[in-house]
Amino acid sequence: MKNRVAIVGVADTEVGVVPQYSATQLYVRAARLALADAGITKDQVDGLITCASWAEPYLYHAEMIAEYMQIFPRYCMGAPAGGGTTLAMMHHAASAIVTGICHTVLVTMADSQVSGLSRDKAVEIMATAGHPQFERPYGPPIPAFYALLARAHEHAYGTTAEQRAAVAVACRKHASLNPAAQMRQPITIDDVLASRMIADPLHLLDCSLVSDGGAAFIMTSAERARDFKQKPVYLLGVGEGHSHEHVSQALSLTTSAAKESGERAFAMAGLQPSDVDVAELYDCFTPVVIIELEDLGFCPKGEGGRFVEGGRIEIGGELPVNTHGGLLSHCHPGHPGSMFAITEAVRQLRGSCGARQVPGAKIALVHGQGGIMSTHCTAIFGSEPI
Amino acid sequence: MTNSQGKPIPVPTLETAPYWEGCRQHQLRIQRCNDCGQYQFFPRLYCSKCFGERVDWVNATGRASVVSFTVVRRPVSPAYANEVPYVVALVRLEEGPQMMTNIIGCAPEEVKIGMIVEVVFDDWTETISIPKFRPAETVP
Repeated sequence: MKNRVAIVGVADTEVGVVPQYSATQLYVRAARLALADAGITKDQVDGLITCASWAEPYLYHAEMIAEYMQIFPRYCMGAPAGGGTTLAMMHHAASAIVTGICHTVLVTMADSQVSGLSRDKAVEIMATAGHPQFERPYGPPIPAFYALLARAHEHAYGTTAEQRAAVAVACRKHASLNPAAQMRQPITIDDVLASRMIADPLHLLDCSLVSDGGAAFIMTSAERARDFKQKPVYLLGVGEGHSHEHVSQALSLTTSAAKESGERAFAMAGLQPSDVDVAELYDCFTPVVIIELEDLGFCPKGEGGRFVEGGRIEIGGELPVNTHGGLLSHCHPGHPGSMFAITEAVRQLRGSCGARQVPGAKIALVHGQGGIMSTHCTAIFGSEPI
Repeated sequence: MTNSQGKPIPVPTLETAPYWEGCRQHQLRIQRCNDCGQYQFFPRLYCSKCFGERVDWVNATGRASVVSFTVVRRPVSPAYANEVPYVVALVRLEEGPQMMTNIIGCAPEEVKIGMIVEVVFDDWTETISIPKFRPAETVP
């Protein structure tokens, strides 16, 4: 798969609170913008992948979007879940192209968690993630699940609240440079520590946003990609890792299957962490970024807290992370979360990010995780085939 | 009987009924494989280690140690509003399996990773009792 497919179009819709579009309309708007970015018409797409929507669910979601757009793909798939699954859909799209199932895939994902549902309703649906018999009776909201990981990491390696806060500060700094981001007011480590405690040791500002919004990309074979108007961004490596569904069944709270997904992606690409210029890491909660940095090999196990200190993950630092602002500050409409990491990585490799551009970025890593550190996918993209 | 109104009351299934029947009798039951000796929780049709089918229910000692915990400040739903702050924890049973629970019977700030706890049952309905854990009275 290395060097054999490329992303030739990307787009995000408006994000944050977007009452003027329904969830379905956000999928279609993202698709139209991505087609325009790629310079093709909808009839040139022969594969379609969507994710499920909470605000406007359909049993056959991808087929419904195809119907709405009046396209008639030969490959059509709806992803039921988000996080790592979202990014894994990019892996599926690439597989469909490499195996000849189809030539050009449109992946579009969106939801309307604020305007289409409501913040409270969205949080209520999220909480049903726990096992109905063996977890939910104990009353864990989603932040509690991640707080269990944060506490275990703190206990094992001495990770601090200030280190977790540094992740939120970096994401907000990047969002302040991104006119599209939902939350742009810069924050300090003290602001994070002074924000309300949600589930010890996680404060409000350690938690990601609840948003409306969508994003889409167009992927095709590397051969065909040369005929598109945008400079292609090539898939160099991709890998997945899956360890559990429910956090109470996790074999480790401090090491995740990001270790496997990362090793597989780097092995395919023939690269190592030190080759990466920019990383877009799943950041539903701040401790997740710290664990991912370790498991993906950017630092030794237990060193993630120290790694994020001193601006190392900010633009201008050793490894800029979440240059768009991430789920913590750009937006988090649920299932589409990782899509904004893909579209940002592509823009970074095109060199079109303006004030938040990482100078000379040639290799970008994107990592998605879903469930409670359950399902992982790592992708490595390059501005050129290698 | 605790007021469980509005809470997600477990609905036993074919697979989990023996567990909930044990809880009703205030006895924590887990499964043990007769072939390889592994203890397991959640309940499963087969042993998750050797995939054998000779899996039996056994009584656990009910003693465990805290693997991790959090203090929930913002309740998951209005039904839990009277309980904040409450402790959600993962504990490892003496037999090996890990489970989620609440730690009760002490102040949240007294809970520590590695603390030894013992099972205690919270009766939600005539048939459903929820296993929770409290600090063990004597440390072995």
